[in-house]
Amino acid sequence: MASLDPRIRRAEPELWHIPPLPLEPLGHWQTYEVFILRTRGSHAQHVGSLHAPDAEMALILAKEQYARRSQCVALWVVPTDSILWTSPEDEDLFLPATDKTYREPQGYLHTRERLNKYRDRLKPSAS
Amino acid sequence: MIEVLESLVLSLADDELLIGHRHAEWIGLGPILEEDIAFASIAQDETGHAQAYYQLLTDIGLRTPDEYAFRREPSAFRSAHLVELPNFEYDYGLALMRHFLYDAAEQVRLEALRQSCYEPLAGLACRLLREEKYHWMHAQLWIKRLGCSTEEAHSRLQSALNQLLPYAWMLFEELPNEEEIVAAGWMPPSTELHRQWIARITPILEEAHLSLSPPRPDQLLPLQGARRGARSPYFEELYAEMTEVVASDPEAEW
Repeated sequence: MASLDPRIRRAEPELWHIPPLPLEPLGHWQTYEVFILRTRGSHAQHVGSLHAPDAEMALILAKEQYARRSQCVALWVVPTDSILWTSPEDEDLFLPATDKTYREPQGYLHTRERLNKYRDRLKPSAS
Repeated sequence: MIEVLESLVLSLADDELLIGHRHAEWIGLGPILEEDIAFASIAQDETGHAQAYYQLLTDIGLRTPDEYAFRREPSAFRSAHLVELPNFEYDYGLALMRHFLYDAAEQVRLEALRQSCYEPLAGLACRLLREEKYHWMHAQLWIKRLGCSTEEAHSRLQSALNQLLPYAWMLFEELPNEEEIVAAGWMPPSTELHRQWIARITPILEEAHLSLSPPRPDQLLPLQGARRGARSPYFEELYAEMTEVVASDPEAEW
């Protein structure tokens, strides 16, 4: 079934019209990255890659390579060269230069205590 | 009547058992790793389908799947000759064309069997169609893809089609006791299934620029009688290999 979202391309094998494949002597097929959804609505999980002449064939081959043994409700395939990576030299992009623990869940651990302390301070004294 | 049912189910099961075995001969020889794995998996599915069909007979007090698969007289087999053909020179075009012609026939048969008045068969057909959906996607995509690629691929597919078509045609040879089968509502007439099969393969072959010309009677004549026990010249060697373990140790377990 086609998606109503124009950005989403779903497989409809009955309608596949395959254009001629440009082949070079000794040419290699490109690789595709395969993602599977284990349940409806779950995140797509990267499971590996494979060789295929086109996305349709990649989908067909991916089913037996990666969805044969584990639960799966949907597959995605993406040409490897469609993925833009950060460079390994840029790993430091992700290292904080200052203490950023306030962004992490533990930064919120004592919020309730602090809030209560503050409320106590604001209470008019009983005397 | 139980013999009629048995012979109907065996014609379905034996096709699956033997095509599963022939496809499995490609393990390790597929054109690329990914396709090798996919085709081997399809072969396993077909063998599993054979077992499920035999089990229908076991459930009504007849023989066990192992007895049907490995301890039967060749003349008791009901398979079509298409599934007995060897892989000859291991041309993958031939393997794909057989897979395509056979799985189109399976689609047609199973879709019809969903309405079978023999409920266990109808239930099984619904279950098997889930796996067959993938087989059919795989087969038709390869045929379209290769038919539209290089001249060599196209000519190999066309000669595979010419070679296999008479055999595939005979998948729909009239079954023994077909009148009773149809009257009982177990399965529609073979001629009807044959018509649906042609309608299913024609648009895909056209898209792949492959031409289908109906076989001549003199090509079909020697292939008659498979559903009544006439085996092809290739059966004996195939069956000897399939039953090698049982023949060497009748008590073997696997």
